Amino acid sequence: MRTRPALLNVAHRLAILAYIAFALFPLFWLLKVAVTPNDLLYTEGVRLWPSRASLEHFDFVLRHSAFPVFFRNSLIVSGSTAVVVTILSSLSGYALSRFRFRGKYWLVTLMLLTQMFPLVMLVAPIFKILSPLGLTNSLTGLVIVYTAFNVPFATFLMQSFFDGIPKDLEEAAMIDGATQFVAFRQIILPLTLPGIAATLGFVFTAAWSELLFSLMLISGNEQATFPVGLLSFVSKFSVDFGQMMAAGVLALIPACLFFLLIQRYLVQGLTAGAVKG
Amino acid sequence: MASIDIANIQKSYGIHPVLHDVDLKIRDGEFVVLVGPSGCGKSTLLRMIAGLESVTAGEIRIAGKRVNELAPKDRDIAMVFQSYALYPHMSVARNMSYSLRLRKTAKDRITTIVAGAAAKLGLEPLMERRPRALSGGQRQRVAMGRAIVRQPKAFLFDEPLSNLDARLREQMRAEIKKLHRDLRATSIYVTHDQIEAMTLADRIVAMNGGVVQQVGSPLDLYDRPANLFVAGFIGSPGMNFFEGTCRAGERPMFHIAGDIAIPLDASPPLANDAKATLGIRPEHIVLAGHGPETLLATVDLVEPTGFGIILHLSLGRSGFKAFTNDRSFLTASGTIPVHFPAHSLHFFDSEGSRV
Repeated sequence: MRTRPALLNVAHRLAILAYIAFALFPLFWLLKVAVTPNDLLYTEGVRLWPSRASLEHFDFVLRHSAFPVFFRNSLIVSGSTAVVVTILSSLSGYALSRFRFRGKYWLVTLMLLTQMFPLVMLVAPIFKILSPLGLTNSLTGLVIVYTAFNVPFATFLMQSFFDGIPKDLEEAAMIDGATQFVAFRQIILPLTLPGIAATLGFVFTAAWSELLFSLMLISGNEQATFPVGLLSFVSKFSVDFGQMMAAGVLALIPACLFFLLIQRYLVQGLTAGAVKG
Repeated sequence: MASIDIANIQKSYGIHPVLHDVDLKIRDGEFVVLVGPSGCGKSTLLRMIAGLESVTAGEIRIAGKRVNELAPKDRDIAMVFQSYALYPHMSVARNMSYSLRLRKTAKDRITTIVAGAAAKLGLEPLMERRPRALSGGQRQRVAMGRAIVRQPKAFLFDEPLSNLDARLREQMRAEIKKLHRDLRATSIYVTHDQIEAMTLADRIVAMNGGVVQQVGSPLDLYDRPANLFVAGFIGSPGMNFFEGTCRAGERPMFHIAGDIAIPLDASPPLANDAKATLGIRPEHIVLAGHGPETLLATVDLVEPTGFGIILHLSLGRSGFKAFTNDRSFLTASGTIPVHFPAHSLHFFDSEGSRV
């Protein structure tokens, strides 16, 4: 390690601190408004922390609003989407990484193409398709739509992780007596855990915060996901910021938990020592 | 253990042929080394035997059974990769037992076999470690251990020592040889290092451009190379070549560039005045003598190696090397007498084939 002048070190840390403060400020504001009692919301001017904090908004959101339902719906939709997309994209990513097959080039091009359209264009046709199938106003419908939109990108993501794993490993396994699928499951997949964690995390958060399709395909509170639910705090004449922010804070919890759970895999370089190093 | 028969094997990628009509019979228990420069098709041939590459034409038989269409797992062979290819998420013990676990071998039998292999390779203290906590030589040993626990029909080695440093390579080379002596397993070993080929092989298969150039014992290839390629590839420093023409006469002579004539004992079976190449190994050149058979060579450079001295010499415009153990040549300069003993000369026709 080379030593750096102390001043430079301090400046470096300060720069990082400034960036973190900048990036996290909206979250802080979310929390601040969530704990500000209604009577102080507009009367105290702009302050970093209210003179009196309370949890009344949280209490209201949890006990008197439909928020727990939204929360449950979101959890179901995001969780299922993340799992389904990750399974599909591991298989397709592996195929793209390892196999040569007819039409591979066109398949990849087609998948890239799907990523180019603004989603708004697709709302109407998708509604038209799902409606006769009885998949509007249903969580299953949402999972299908989200899965369809996330699989191409997740496939490319997984493919890059598979590309990073030496081919020698599965060849060694195949000579040791495994079929290609067993080699994939027992040797390659465990080494791709960081990639799987990243894909799970990416898809989960994407589905968790998706608003457009949820808004268009779901009507009524019963099947609404949490981003749609947040809108219910906006009425014709006022916006209940306190409750809305409290709901927002609560909605952050699963995403945070999820990343805490997978961060171990995100930072781990599991392939170290496999081949010459 | 088993014999391996390779009959008229061909391999093409699309329209690009990489192996032309390779024919090879490997006897039970034999150690065969495939040697050649990068891209000569030796690894491809090995991978075809392993089942990792398809066969374009021809037939491969292991123990008399056609395996062209068999998956690698059904061929009952073990392979050691250049990159070792250890499973990074498994301990050494689990790496070595993986193949046995796939075959649902009884637990206590696995323990016995793995312990036996570990003892043979000196791996006992490392059994619970992960590959990343091992040195290069240790990883190489684990890779070999993984191969021998199987007791397969044949061992395939794909440049297994290329990633090791010179000292370790020497040591592992000896260990592989010892292992083969103990197990007497049919082995096919791919390398681009002619020293490995010479020291390990019962038989060497020299390959170039997807074609087998010569098959024979190491000393066969050293003493009687079939063509210019083998002559130049085997031996270090490499064989010296002089292009020229042979002229019969009372005293047959080989004329090389610069109007220099090398006297010969007898005419080689070459047409008079036909273009040919004369070859002689640096270690066979005699750096002394007088009389009509002696030529005067200019000393260009002296390279001491400790073991001996490599002299860079020239005859007219033709440079060549000579190897000697005589330290008095360390200070050689100017011109020195050289003599090419007749029994050490090799002749190759204009096509490059030995005559």
